[in-house]
Amino acid sequence: MNLSPAELWIGGILTLMIFSFLYRDNPFYKFAEHLFVGVSAAYWMVQGVWGTLMPNLVAKVAPGMVQSFMPEAAGKNPEWHYLIAALFGVLLLTRLVPSIGWLSRWSLAFVVGYSAGTNFIRYLQSDFIAQIRSTMIPLVVQGQGGLDLGASFSHLVLIVGVFCGLVYFFFSKEHHGALGRVSRIGVWTLMVTFGASFGYTVMARISLLLGRLQALIIWLRLVSGGS
Amino acid sequence: MRRTVPLMITFIVGLTLILAVFIPPEPFDTMNREFSVYFDIIAVFAFVLGGGNLLRLHGDRVYRRGKDWKFSIVTLAGFAVTLVVGLGKIGGPPGVRGDLMAPGTWFRFVFNAVLTPLSATMFALLAFYVASASFRAFRAKTPEATILLVSGFIILLGRTFLGGILTGWLPDSLSFLTIPNLADWIMAWPNTAGQRAIVIGIALGVTATSLRLILGIERGYLGSD
Repeated sequence: MNLSPAELWIGGILTLMIFSFLYRDNPFYKFAEHLFVGVSAAYWMVQGVWGTLMPNLVAKVAPGMVQSFMPEAAGKNPEWHYLIAALFGVLLLTRLVPSIGWLSRWSLAFVVGYSAGTNFIRYLQSDFIAQIRSTMIPLVVQGQGGLDLGASFSHLVLIVGVFCGLVYFFFSKEHHGALGRVSRIGVWTLMVTFGASFGYTVMARISLLLGRLQALIIWLRLVSGGS
Repeated sequence: MRRTVPLMITFIVGLTLILAVFIPPEPFDTMNREFSVYFDIIAVFAFVLGGGNLLRLHGDRVYRRGKDWKFSIVTLAGFAVTLVVGLGKIGGPPGVRGDLMAPGTWFRFVFNAVLTPLSATMFALLAFYVASASFRAFRAKTPEATILLVSGFIILLGRTFLGGILTGWLPDSLSFLTIPNLADWIMAWPNTAGQRAIVIGIALGVTATSLRLILGIERGYLGSD
């Protein structure tokens, strides 16, 4: 992405302000931190208004009002039922007025009901049934020259790992004896997963760091008059 | 009114969405789609509520000259400027008819010059803290900690050129022991097994909690009064 000199200058200075925290908390970091809070709150609000509220509420309820700058709304009949969503939205804002703040529970109830209804089905389908189905794989894998030892071992690791991991999460019985040993293997499997996740997290952060350092180098070149 | 109506709303909305899967014909299918749009609309109002809270908190701090009140002015200014240039679609040739992020718009300028560098640097800053925290926490004192340590290192090394160099001398017959191959194997099998156990556990938890919410057994979200 090509950035203008002004974007590079501001971005570079703000980057240095954030990195100054590595020394210790200071006014430059606080300035950048507070700016970040304000700008990001407004950014998501604006995105919500133009990306969701305008096309999904205003254009549906009052298409005539927005057809000058939203051509897709022209000639459409108003769909009044979207006012219910608007009402729920306005009720949510009553949280800012303590005396009638309890009305915001109605909106919250819709959000909770929607999340519960969709999650109930979605998690059952994709995270429960589909995951169990994907774990039901053959333990003995036949290759071109007979038994494929490597693939069979990998399948065994997967099946045993999932089973033992699930046993570890089974808290209705104390983990002693055979159950304890199986649960211990589950812990080891989970530790491999956490280690891998940690490795990936570190790499993602380092990759971001490199990106910022690269941006700083581009900015410093600009400052020094280079290309 | 304060508790019964919200419980009824949760029950009706939740049950409708579940029924929409089992009874495909109208009106459940349409309700399913429309509820999704309703949810998005309410989410935008939640952003507005967040903005309102931000204004109230920082405005109050400036008014009372509270701790770091001067920085609250920065927050308020950043919020106001971004809001005005975004809602007004200021700058850029197409104006209010054009794309919010079109080249030349001031909103895009704020995104490129302020938001992207700040958010990326904030997360990049965590690289230092993750590294120092792991240095202190990762001691191979127990078998579990050792497994976590080894797995993390293999993944880290396996995704860099160093991993290839360190074990590149191994003969072809032992190529499966090279660090990049080991990293791939860990990601594909033991890591998947652990992830799957966690995902199945979460799915069971979410399903049970959803059912409790829909049936009104779980009422924590309604508050205490």
